[in-house]
Amino acid sequence: MKHRTFFWFFLPTALAMLLFIFLPIISVVTQSLFIDHEQVFVEVENCNFFGCNTVSVVDTEATEQLRAEQPLGRFVGLGNYINRSHLAFSEVGEAWDKSDSVGGFFNNIFNLPLYRALIFTLVFTFTVTPLLIILGFCIAIGVNSLNQKIKGFVIFFSLLPMIVTPLVGSLILFWMIDSRGIIGSSLQVLFDDPDLSLKASATLTWVTLIVYGVWHAAPFAFVVFYAGLQTVPQDTLESAMIDGASRWERIRYVVIPHLAPLVTFVALIQLMDNFRVFEPIVGFNASAHATSLSSMIYSDLDGESRLLSSAATSSVLTIIGVVILLFPVLIRTWRDWDRKY
Amino acid sequence: MSSTVVEHKSFPVRFFSYLFILIWLFIAAFPFVWTFWGSFKVELDFFSKENWANAITGVRTIGDTGSAFTGDGYYGAWVKEEFWKSALNTAIVCFFVVCTSLTIGTLGAYALSRSGFRYAFWLLILALVFRAMPPITLVAGYMLPFFEWGLWGHLWTTIIVLVAINQPFTLWMLHSFFKKIPKDLDESAMVDGCTSFQAFRYVILPVMWPGVITTGLFSFLLAYNDFAVTAMLLSKENQTMVPKIAGFLGTTQTEGNVMFAVAAVVSATAPLFILVMFFQRQIVSGLTAGAVKG
Repeated sequence: MKHRTFFWFFLPTALAMLLFIFLPIISVVTQSLFIDHEQVFVEVENCNFFGCNTVSVVDTEATEQLRAEQPLGRFVGLGNYINRSHLAFSEVGEAWDKSDSVGGFFNNIFNLPLYRALIFTLVFTFTVTPLLIILGFCIAIGVNSLNQKIKGFVIFFSLLPMIVTPLVGSLILFWMIDSRGIIGSSLQVLFDDPDLSLKASATLTWVTLIVYGVWHAAPFAFVVFYAGLQTVPQDTLESAMIDGASRWERIRYVVIPHLAPLVTFVALIQLMDNFRVFEPIVGFNASAHATSLSSMIYSDLDGESRLLSSAATSSVLTIIGVVILLFPVLIRTWRDWDRKY
Repeated sequence: MSSTVVEHKSFPVRFFSYLFILIWLFIAAFPFVWTFWGSFKVELDFFSKENWANAITGVRTIGDTGSAFTGDGYYGAWVKEEFWKSALNTAIVCFFVVCTSLTIGTLGAYALSRSGFRYAFWLLILALVFRAMPPITLVAGYMLPFFEWGLWGHLWTTIIVLVAINQPFTLWMLHSFFKKIPKDLDESAMVDGCTSFQAFRYVILPVMWPGVITTGLFSFLLAYNDFAVTAMLLSKENQTMVPKIAGFLGTTQTEGNVMFAVAAVVSATAPLFILVMFFQRQIVSGLTAGAVKG
């Protein structure tokens, strides 16, 4: 295709992405370098029975005016990045000096909001992704051996957890694990502990979120693997059988190698999706025990005091995280392309 | 799959594989059945301190309303809390997002799939990076300019933002469908005197319909399921269903009002249920579109 034709075909989508993805990134980066104006103070002399003293009072009018004139705030450079709610260099250094063990160091780090969110996001991403791949694979193998007639029915119900709105899906599970809900009260009976609550402890909250993550995303892995299973070379399977390979050996040496590229694909998509984990934290009302990078930005933006600079700083750091996460993939795709052209 | 080999599975293997699938089906579907059933009960049954089985039998519901099923939750959500407005807004947003995304997405993806130049590849990679970015990070960038220019809170702003955010995904999916259509097809059309656009419009698009419909479905799902953008960029009057449901949780703590949220959740899931029922094949093909090429 000629450059000129390409340009006209691609223009609308390029404009959309330029205006609403690229420019916002610039806007986020800019905002992260500024901070809200401090309030303007004026010295007022206060005289009463005991004499006079000067006090500083907030000049609301001047503050409002300054904020209206320069909505971005005042320039602080990288100040937002190194403050306590973000990279917190000084606090990390202090924690390093003070704590005598690695565990103690991590405990201290865990109290800093950004690191707390980062640790949860990474733990979530790297436990949910392998678990959902394994579960999805098992379901695919199981469904593949089913009777043709009930396959469609099973696939229909399997798709539901994935297709449902994430916030809605997490709410549905959240109501069930409530101590007055069916799962919550069953667990209380099972462990014989009437005070057991999945919401009360941080560890259990993390486990619930991870269970939700696997429940939500396993169908995706299942569908992809199931489609892959339809293209497993039958001759290879047949010859493996004739050579006396057991069922397990056939799966291990024929089916799994055939599905390997699909595993990479699922892992890539799911790493991206799980890294942005956000809705379940809102749905499970879990922000006291678990925050992710996305939920951290959300809580900055939400509510009366919109902490735009703080949210922007977290966003920039998150975007950097995404790029780092994607780096191996980018390099691989680049090599693939080189091979093709 | 017509297997030429007759597999003789031992009984335990077959038994455990059936059992596993049954358990999975239960885990996948039961929460929906449970919530659907429970949405017709009163709160003290759905969240029962005495016995969770009350949610099935509806002891309190019978006591309060005289019947084992009550539509109070639905009445409260749809009429009192005006959930119908949010449903309408969701319908508007989804309709325009899907139409716009598909129009500009098919044009762009077609160009990408037919250009052998290096920049096409870089554009796709850039789209992949955009696709990986959590939408909420961009929302932080919209807020200030939208407030300053008075764009915040309107439905159409959200529509445009959602279209843009969905573009990377749409491009990748349509690109993989276009790749499957042989280049000879449009080349021969152009030899016959079509312009590029005519070749695209009258030769390629008719062949592409299944791909376009599949991509449209996913575009719809992205718009329908979005929470980050709609929650932050819409004013209270213009809220769509998902932020409205989130709003139910924060404000309605009085007894019975949780059931509004339950009813709203069931109402918001119903269209998705129907969608999967009719378009199961397309959804499956869409999920595997990027994958099967390897």
